[in-house]
Amino acid sequence: MTTQDTNIRRHTISVLVDNEPGVLARVIGLFSGRGYNIESLTVAEIDASDSLSRITVVTSGTPMIIEQIKVQLERLVPVHKVKDLTLEGPFIEREMALVKVVANGEKRVESLRIGDVFKARVVDATINSFVFEITGTADDLNRFIDLMQQLGEVDISRTGAAALSRGTSTL
Amino acid sequence: MSSGTILSGAEIVIKALRDQGVDTIFGYPGGAVLPIYDALFKQNQIKHILVRHEQAAVHAAEGYARSSGKVGVVLVTSGPGATNAVTGLVDALMDSIPIVCLTGQVPTHLIGNDAFQECDTTGITRPATKHNYLVKDVNNLARTLHEAFYVAKNGRPGPVVIDIPKDVQFADGVYRTPGESQPKSYRPQVKPDLNKVEEAVEMLANAKRPIFYVGGGVINAGPVASQLLTQLVRMTGYPCTTTLMGLGAYPAHDQQWLGMLGMHGTYEANLAMHGCDLMVCVGARFDDRVTGKISEFSPGSKKIHIDIDPSNINKNVRVDLPIVGDAAYVLEDMIRIWKARNKRADQAALKSWWDQITVWRSKDCLKYEKTEKVIKPQYALERLRAAIQGRDDVFISTEVGQHQMWAAQFLPFNKPNRWLTSGGLGTMGYGLPAAIGAQIANPGALCIDVAGEASIQMNIQEMSTALQYRLPVKVFILNNQWMGMVRQWQELLHGSRFSESYSEALPDFVKLADAFGGVGLRATKVSEVDDVIAEMIAIPRPVIVDMCVDQKENCFPMIPGGKAHNEMLLGPADKVSEATPEEGMVLV
Ligand SMILES: Cc1cc2nc3c(=O)[nH]c(=O)nc-3n(C[C@H](O)[C@H](O)[C@H](O)COP(=O)(O)OP(=O)(O)OC[C@H]3O[C@@H](n4cnc5c(N)ncnc54)[C@H](O)[C@@H]3O)c2cc1C
Ligand SMILES: Cc1ncc(C[n+]2csc(CCOP(=O)(O)OP(=O)(O)O)c2C)c(N)n1
Ligand SMILES: [Mg+2]
Repeated sequence: MTTQDTNIRRHTISVLVDNEPGVLARVIGLFSGRGYNIESLTVAEIDASDSLSRITVVTSGTPMIIEQIKVQLERLVPVHKVKDLTLEGPFIEREMALVKVVANGEKRVESLRIGDVFKARVVDATINSFVFEITGTADDLNRFIDLMQQLGEVDISRTGAAALSRGTSTL
Repeated sequence: MSSGTILSGAEIVIKALRDQGVDTIFGYPGGAVLPIYDALFKQNQIKHILVRHEQAAVHAAEGYARSSGKVGVVLVTSGPGATNAVTGLVDALMDSIPIVCLTGQVPTHLIGNDAFQECDTTGITRPATKHNYLVKDVNNLARTLHEAFYVAKNGRPGPVVIDIPKDVQFADGVYRTPGESQPKSYRPQVKPDLNKVEEAVEMLANAKRPIFYVGGGVINAGPVASQLLTQLVRMTGYPCTTTLMGLGAYPAHDQQWLGMLGMHGTYEANLAMHGCDLMVCVGARFDDRVTGKISEFSPGSKKIHIDIDPSNINKNVRVDLPIVGDAAYVLEDMIRIWKARNKRADQAALKSWWDQITVWRSKDCLKYEKTEKVIKPQYALERLRAAIQGRDDVFISTEVGQHQMWAAQFLPFNKPNRWLTSGGLGTMGYGLPAAIGAQIANPGALCIDVAGEASIQMNIQEMSTALQYRLPVKVFILNNQWMGMVRQWQELLHGSRFSESYSEALPDFVKLADAFGGVGLRATKVSEVDDVIAEMIAIPRPVIVDMCVDQKENCFPMIPGGKAHNEMLLGPADKVSEATPEEGMVLV
């Protein structure tokens, strides 16, 4: 759609799919082929007996583009259900990151203090480094990483968002 | 043979095709499909049509499918067989044609090893198909085949690829019947939400300047949908226009039909779309060739969109009332509710709307210069039109270019499934194989490929297929010695710099027909046109007609890229107003 809609918003979309070869390629191909944006994407099997996986995509776009993304996802054959968590009420979103900070002296101590504030767990330590495990919203992680970057050399691995709606409703 | 029988993979393929009602497949053999060819050899229920290029196998299957309403089936080998088929697959994807394409694959244990004639067929065809499968276990083969047919024809139809490694074709496995193989997830909505249909009927009854904008989806929904559409349009008395893909969904001889709309559509259709207050889109997808400049597309109208595929709704144009469902069901409900509520159009408003349309119509926008000096392409088609008038068994396919647009403008399509053209992808080389497919589905019918001299060379080898199977298809070349459509754009938009658009070193098409074992005819003078057409129709063999037409004729009306419906060029005297803006130039 070519209207100059600047109303761009971030959406977290949950997709229930058959866990079969190629399913992730179909979803990613849809996003790249149609020029949609992917901020993060996570996938793992959630039901081994029915062989179902849940894909959580964080994307952004105008309401019209978000609507297109959802209907395009729905028409993929291995897709069972598409749920726009952002639109369908409150939801919880969490991401995990491993953050390595290489620092000495006061900076090293400071990184530990900040880790504490963010409830990050130390999962590896050497004389010159720590690896923190931190879980939170993407924003929490961003803030934590920002701070760590000011203290030393940083190496990061993030999982992308996992998300579920609050309350009793299920996918 | 019942369900549960043990068969080889190749036999399972044949059995499943039979159980799906397939009697014809289009294909080309190779190492990776030899077991299936062997199984074909041992039976005589399925007829195999040997094409001369895998692209043509898919186009032939498309012609077969579109002209019969059945699924078209293709069989090709791995590697180059599969890659050659890709253009046809994308063509079918764009034009909503149901195709099942079986590709051979190297044996499972060699996949990924760069084996001989290996390619990543499912990877390559993923965006080229509606869905695809790689079958690694022979026990899943029957289910996958049945599911492929289900996916190809349900919802918005399209092509499905099944990649079958050679070892799976040899292996023994359990056969399953179609009934046991329902897919778990894909369930398109066919019946509409009745509240919305009721709302649509109210909008319809209250409209002052309504128009039906009808597309290929009505053809996809089967001949009954065309009948229902015709009934609804006549009941309301409203005007109706069709897209290139929708030609034949509404009878062309009817007064309420305004002709095709869009880039090369009629003046009356485009101005009625621009000025309407209610647009009822049935099975069309607001393609950019139809809308022109989006921001100025039909600015004052409310829009109803009936489509089986929710992803085509609100994609290019925001509509006021979307109705998801099969066109036939929706139209049936609309008619029923219209009748039940005793609806009647506002006759005064309708009369002044038709008065306005009559004024537009009187422009006679398809008129062209009548001359004895040179055969005008439009004249040749008008004479062809006269020669086939009243016949119910004429199937017209086309290549891509000016001749395609003129065929759309000048030939009469009164029924669905008789017009075969590559609309979405615009694939030169589509027409001849499509005519072959249509001829196979409709033995005894008159199948004509309206061609350009450039396009026809892209799949000319299929003349050999036509000869082999004694298919009396006609290739009607409007030979203007130019890639006319390209030349036209260069003339109008690129300062007449005719870069590489001249058809240099053309073959002698009459001799070429002869070389293939067909018949070649040529007309160079106006006085020869009728005789050549009559002879072409009378000869019960493949014919190539070399109709030598005006080299400089352009196709009008034309809405240049990036312009709105009310900025149409009507003839050679009209120039593109001001320099076409950048955003228009970049459009294709
Ligand atoms: C050189 C050239 C020039 C062209 N110029 C023009 C032009 O001037 N005018 C023009 O119209 N086109 C033109 N085209 C064709 C154009 O590119 C598009 O292919 C065409 O407009 C699309 O037609 P459609 O909207 O009917 O959709 P189709 O491509 O036929 O799509 C069908 C629509 O119906 C839906 N549908 C499918 N099945 C059903 C069902 N059972 N019930 C309900 N809905 C269903 C589908 O989801 C889809 O939205 C041109 C093409 C070429 C190559
Ligand atoms: C496979 C392919 N390549 C290129 C094009 C671009 N193209 C569109 S029309 C056209 C010229 C067609 O010439 P011809 O077949 O002689 O038809 P005419 O326009 O002269 O009637 C070309 C090159 C295309 N549509 N398809
Ligand atoms: Mg030409």
